[in-house]
Amino acid sequence: MNVIAPKDKMKPADFASDQEVRWCPGCGDYAILKAVQRTLPDLDTPKENYVFVSGIGCSSRFPYYMSTYGFHTIHGRAPAFATGIKLANPELDVWMVTGDGDGFSIGGNHMLHALRRNADMQILLCNNEIYGLTKGQYSPTSETGLKTPSSPTGSVESPLKPCVFALGSGGHFIARGYDTQKTLPEILKRAHAHKGTSLVEILQNCIVYNDAVFDNVLARDVASDRQLHLVHGEPMIFGKDSDKGIRFNPLTFSLEVVTLGQDGITESDLLVHDETNKSLASLIAEMGGDDFPTAFGVIYCNPAATYDENMTKQVEQAKAYDPEPSLDALLRQGHTWEV
Amino acid sequence: MSELKAELAAGPESRTALPSVVIRFAGDSGDGIQITGSRFTDTTALAGNDLATFPDFPAEIRAPVGTTFGVSAFQINFGARHIETHGDDPNVLVALNPAALKVNINRLKKGGSIIVDTGSFNSRNLKKAGYDENPLEDGSLSDYNILEVDISRHVLESVKDFGLSQKEGLRCKNFWVLGLVYWIYGRDRTDTVNWLKAKFAKRPEIAEANIAALNAGHVYGEAAELSDSIGLFSVAPAEMKKGLYRTVTGAEALAWGLVAGSELAGLDIFFGSYPITPASPILHSLAKLKQFGVQTFQAEDEIAAICSAIGASYAGALGITSSSGPGIALKGEAIGLAISTELPLVIVNSQRAGPSTGMPTKTEQSDLYQAVYGRNGDAPLAVVAAHGPGDCFEAAIEACRIATKYMTPVMLLTDGYIGNAAEPWLIPSMKDREPFKVTHETNPEDFHPFDRDEKTLARKWAIPGTPGLEHRIGGIEKEDGAGHISYDPANHQRMTDLRRDKILNIANDIPKAKPEQGPETGDLAVVGWGSTFGPISRAVANKLSENKSVAHIHIRHLWPFPANLEELLKGYKKVIVPEMNDGQLKTVLRDQYLLDAIPVTKVTGQPFKISEIEAAIDAALES
Repeated sequence: MNVIAPKDKMKPADFASDQEVRWCPGCGDYAILKAVQRTLPDLDTPKENYVFVSGIGCSSRFPYYMSTYGFHTIHGRAPAFATGIKLANPELDVWMVTGDGDGFSIGGNHMLHALRRNADMQILLCNNEIYGLTKGQYSPTSETGLKTPSSPTGSVESPLKPCVFALGSGGHFIARGYDTQKTLPEILKRAHAHKGTSLVEILQNCIVYNDAVFDNVLARDVASDRQLHLVHGEPMIFGKDSDKGIRFNPLTFSLEVVTLGQDGITESDLLVHDETNKSLASLIAEMGGDDFPTAFGVIYCNPAATYDENMTKQVEQAKAYDPEPSLDALLRQGHTWEV
Repeated sequence: MSELKAELAAGPESRTALPSVVIRFAGDSGDGIQITGSRFTDTTALAGNDLATFPDFPAEIRAPVGTTFGVSAFQINFGARHIETHGDDPNVLVALNPAALKVNINRLKKGGSIIVDTGSFNSRNLKKAGYDENPLEDGSLSDYNILEVDISRHVLESVKDFGLSQKEGLRCKNFWVLGLVYWIYGRDRTDTVNWLKAKFAKRPEIAEANIAALNAGHVYGEAAELSDSIGLFSVAPAEMKKGLYRTVTGAEALAWGLVAGSELAGLDIFFGSYPITPASPILHSLAKLKQFGVQTFQAEDEIAAICSAIGASYAGALGITSSSGPGIALKGEAIGLAISTELPLVIVNSQRAGPSTGMPTKTEQSDLYQAVYGRNGDAPLAVVAAHGPGDCFEAAIEACRIATKYMTPVMLLTDGYIGNAAEPWLIPSMKDREPFKVTHETNPEDFHPFDRDEKTLARKWAIPGTPGLEHRIGGIEKEDGAGHISYDPANHQRMTDLRRDKILNIANDIPKAKPEQGPETGDLAVVGWGSTFGPISRAVANKLSENKSVAHIHIRHLWPFPANLEELLKGYKKVIVPEMNDGQLKTVLRDQYLLDAIPVTKVTGQPFKISEIEAAIDAALES
């Protein structure tokens, strides 16, 4: 009997294409690219089955830098291409890479329906709260008041929150990370393991047009006080001294930040993360700003039947009912007459 | 042969034998006019006549009852001879209410017959239709034979035993009228009875009531001595090519043609579409064919529809998208991507009257510029047009063949008229067809995604999931062969030339142009495309019988044109181009051949009449 020798495990470098990466030096996309290249060797997908699909924008150059199959498509429409690819060949492992403008402005409609339909794919949203490739205009996720070439007196729009949008669209897997996060591959693996559409919002620094926009959350000196890393089944604790937590106030129907040990507050008063709880996920996804830490990790994971499974099932049922379909027979069904 | 058929064939004294008849059924859009028309169509086909139909309905789903904008009509031309069009002017108008009379009376041939439901000619309905006086009483219809019947009353009487409400009872009116018309033309009711039983299998009382109404209409005709008022007629079976027939609409034939094309190519279909009039029936037809490996995806919009289809083609399926003009406009950017990435794609455009939303339920063929020229950048693709309901099957197969052989999007043009119209169709056999099996590239040796076949210039189709062929494609200009992003000026010139030449080269792979009728050189060529085939064909036949030197040339491949088209057209002293637009094919012919083609245009939302084309031929020959 022949024994098939186990293949050597792929390395991150095996997923780098021969193309020179042309993001600005210091761009957060480099770290995201590395995180993805570190993630794929640990997944049990044959290399030829990976497809990276993108729209238009800085992050959408991503497929060119992967040595997998890749399709760099048109502005905002990557979800539709990805859906067509997945439906035509459900064996493929489809990854979509998009930015905040591409995915949530011009592509908002497609994003909504991709999340609602739940075809099995991963959507990596590189959110830098700015339009990079078109030179620095405000994006749908930009903070109100942001001054840019197209908003010289400050943007008067209110920002869209991608994870909240995703929950509202009926998404079944929603997570958040940031570009230089060491544990980003762990989040990506969770997204991959989830059967259905997984959205991972990745806070990404644009060094040229919106540098340090996430410093109030990510800067080393404030990070532990401004970040809440979610663990399913664990109480929501954060802070430099692990003395802060999130509590649910049933009177105001809202979250509040509390300090352990103050006013008799103990760990048992804190909310325990349950990633299958949609109401809780909505509250967590909204967190941020000055009063709350920003949540990272898997915010919501509640699997449901996938679109590609259901589509395939219908085709298979039709084939089972009519295993050798004949077009000639179809054309001769119903009213016919001989001349 | 049944007794009735034998009697008809013999041409009884009581019936006047006619070579052909045009009937127009008209009523409120809630009256079931389209059902009446399609039942009459099937029965007429079964009687052996050739026929052509024209469903003409409003865009409003249910406009207020009794108003002129709620009028729905169905016209059928049937005959003992070959029928090419739905007929210029009806011989008979069935008007179920005053609004239907008002909207359609001007089409009726002088001396023609009108069947009206006097029960609906009350003051309220007359007012709604905009009549100051009852046209049945003021002498305004003196040019016509009128059969006045209180159909509403008769119907209620005929269905009173079925326990229906008055409203439900009146809904059987269309079948009562159908029974009457069947009597006038000596038609068999069996097929319609069977259809009703099958259609209302779950509500047998409705089936029975409609059957009772059908029979009552028929009996009324027998008893009423119609021969003295509007006459009794017979139309003998037509001489038709031997074989098995069915009726088919353009939308059905097109859907089946796409399945046939995918079978011949050996690929599964992925059909991404978004509902739009008059393209939706193609989606409806394909959604029922999952057993053929057809996936239909009802996308969130037109753009997602085409993008999903391109994604599917990238993944190895035959991607198809379908829409009408406004939707095709939205797909423009994605079409450019499919051209740039050189992926096969069939784009069906069921044209309607434009611009913008235009007249969704009315027909036009004004998207030719959009098909041939309508994209950013130098973005050539192949354009193919169907010329009739049955021909949609052939045109669809041809679109699939070109798309897969040349790795290119193909625009397949049909229109609302062809899509909805029905005709008898000699059912084709798949075993007679030459397969054009597609192979996906699998050899990793020295693989480059934009390497081309020397002859067709098509690039290799390597699909995800194939080991060793991992590559990236996209809309940014790519290096010839390697496919890497390239801003090199000379390379962009070369790639533009290659994309152009690949498409132009298709001219050598399509049948040569030749006249459908008439001489290969002569005084006048009438050049058409798409759904004008019928009226041009009949008009040219009529002129040939007058010994005029005129030929009919109909173009299936609109881009690129057949290789010999210029030479052929230059063999005529004059060329006229009748088309339902403001002169688009005329422009393309001038653009390509510096040919002084004379436009004959019509944009009323209605197909050409034969007489209009005959007049244009006469004018061109005399000038």
